[in-house]
Amino acid sequence: MDILRIGLFIPCYIDQFYPQVGIATFELLQKLGIEVVYPEKQTCCGQPLANSGAEKEAIPVYQNFVRNFCEFDYIVTPSGSCAYHVKEHYNILEQTEQVKRVRANIYELCEFITDILKIDDLKIDFPYKVGIHQSCHGLRGLKLGSSSELITTRYSKVHRLLEKANGIEIITLDREDECCGFGGTFSIFEPHVSVKMGKARISDHERNGAEIITATDMSCLMHLEGIIKRQNKNIKVVHIAEILNNNRL
Amino acid sequence: MKGHSYKAGIFLKDESRADWHDKTLWMVRQKRDKAARSVADWEDLRERASSIKEQVLSNLDFYLSEFEQRAVENGVKVHRASNAQEFNEIVYKIITDNNAKLVVKSKSMLTEECGLNPYLEQRGLEVVDTDLGERIIQFRKEPPSHIVLPAIHLKKEEIGELFHEKLNTPKGMSDPVLLTSAARTHLREKFLSAGVAITGVNFAVAETGSVVVCTNEGNADMGVHAAPVQIHCMGIEKLVPQTRDLAVFTRLLARNATGQPITAYTSHYRKPRPGGQMHIVIVDNGRSDRLKSEVHRSSLKCIRCGACMNTCPVYRRSGGHSYGYLIPGPIGSILAPSYNIKKHTDLPFASSLCMSCSNVCPVKIEIHDQLYKWRQELSEKGAFSPVKGLVLKIAGFILSKSALYDFSGKVARVALKGLPRRMVYSKINVWGWERELPAVPQESFKKWYSKNSGKNNL
Repeated sequence: MDILRIGLFIPCYIDQFYPQVGIATFELLQKLGIEVVYPEKQTCCGQPLANSGAEKEAIPVYQNFVRNFCEFDYIVTPSGSCAYHVKEHYNILEQTEQVKRVRANIYELCEFITDILKIDDLKIDFPYKVGIHQSCHGLRGLKLGSSSELITTRYSKVHRLLEKANGIEIITLDREDECCGFGGTFSIFEPHVSVKMGKARISDHERNGAEIITATDMSCLMHLEGIIKRQNKNIKVVHIAEILNNNRL
Repeated sequence: MKGHSYKAGIFLKDESRADWHDKTLWMVRQKRDKAARSVADWEDLRERASSIKEQVLSNLDFYLSEFEQRAVENGVKVHRASNAQEFNEIVYKIITDNNAKLVVKSKSMLTEECGLNPYLEQRGLEVVDTDLGERIIQFRKEPPSHIVLPAIHLKKEEIGELFHEKLNTPKGMSDPVLLTSAARTHLREKFLSAGVAITGVNFAVAETGSVVVCTNEGNADMGVHAAPVQIHCMGIEKLVPQTRDLAVFTRLLARNATGQPITAYTSHYRKPRPGGQMHIVIVDNGRSDRLKSEVHRSSLKCIRCGACMNTCPVYRRSGGHSYGYLIPGPIGSILAPSYNIKKHTDLPFASSLCMSCSNVCPVKIEIHDQLYKWRQELSEKGAFSPVKGLVLKIAGFILSKSALYDFSGKVARVALKGLPRRMVYSKINVWGWERELPAVPQESFKKWYSKNSGKNNL
């Protein structure tokens, strides 16, 4: 394969609060022999605005995204939710070649590795009990796995990547894919339900012996971590990129 | 008016009760999964159901006139009501024309929607809801909290207390079998003395002019068989073209609603019995307006199975009454604003957009997408507070300019680091009510990249 040139999109909240997730993504992609470029004028995919009802106000944000990312072979991001937003909701822009390209070529990190690079053994060492929280937009939007409501063949791209890790024990949850309650601005508009959902998600992981909760989206984990810290619980959140980068490549 | 978020907060104050509510409905969802898995071609069946409904909605005038013509040929009196007021008047007139004083009614969300019970009661009639759950909430003077399980918010002990008060059952009796038996005795008397029986309609078959009612208690039949006059109330969207289409819908409905292979009773009503009267009232009440909307028309496909409520993590943890609309949960949240956009501004936001509702919907309504679109519509129609509108405008401006974004991010991080905890966690920080904010890192990813990308690169 020719060396791929990919544009790395780091969601705004990862950029500001969880740089280590961006770094892990960047390093991992480099180790996989890819030319990774981080366009420095990028900001945000616009989802926080659009989900609040301000899709029109988000258009300049969308345009900035397209300007920054239209030249790459692929756009890769450590967020299923942002990737889904670009794919699904950039339909309100005029569908120029550039917009179409961006929508077609954006990938969440795990699906980029399994579907484009066609790798499922990243030679990871991760001797922990891990619960996989399947973030909704990645699961039901990008179809990174089969969701529990649909009567279809079962699969999960995230499990596929983690299963081969050395020493890992992936725990089974009582509710395999219930929402954590983050939901973007939902976490602010509906704080009580949001937190209640988060607590339920955390106790499912605790009950089943997880030491670590991982997910394709740091936003879910930021919400869960906020509750874990407030309640002094003994469980950690780690973004999937950080686990996947824990390797001997 | 306090919205969903506020009422959900009250519901969640009793945490163990909220957990019980969540578990009870999750169990229904699990039963649904099991039942759905027993059908090999489940996903195809959903697709088929969706396309039949699509066909009906695209040719609604044709199917409505076919249905009406067949029904009239069968000896049925067909009435059309364009709104709730007309509907209530029509039903009232049928009842008074027949000098009836007592009406028994089996479950119908349409009559709830039109406010039929209070309308008739204000005019001196007695209306008895005969579905057990409906009777319970009627005794309590409460709206249903779920469209299939109207009293799901109540525990058996509370029903025991209620029946002790209303039906004179022994104090402290909470055995469901005994309580149900008391309700049967009570309702039997009502069935035998009613002058008119009203039912809802699950499906109306255009080619035969007949209506189909699905119940688990047989209460629709008890009413219809005993009373000399029967009235079936249906929205215009209840049509299916042919009897054979029922093979698709009856396979989906009960499985998706409660996990049963089929409801205990699937009753087909076609013509009045000798000497009796059969009326069908077809109601619009805003439906044809929704039909005209390209965005919202698919909500008319709904067959009222309630599965989107059982699967909804928000519904399970906030209860049906927190929605402030007679149909709660995800489907209610996309229906309510089309009736009253000002009153129900909060409902499209009462969702984390997790999409589970769309995945369980037996007729494939993309509920999550409609919630998203309602949010846009509400904002365009100026339903937000000026402050919220301004905040969103400013955020849009900042996020479209990378220098401004970098600067704002930095200011926020410095502020979070430098300010005393009690200022960061003041009351206006809604996030911080029950959650910590993330720890503030030394530098942003962008900063790290600009320092390190050169030397790290291949």
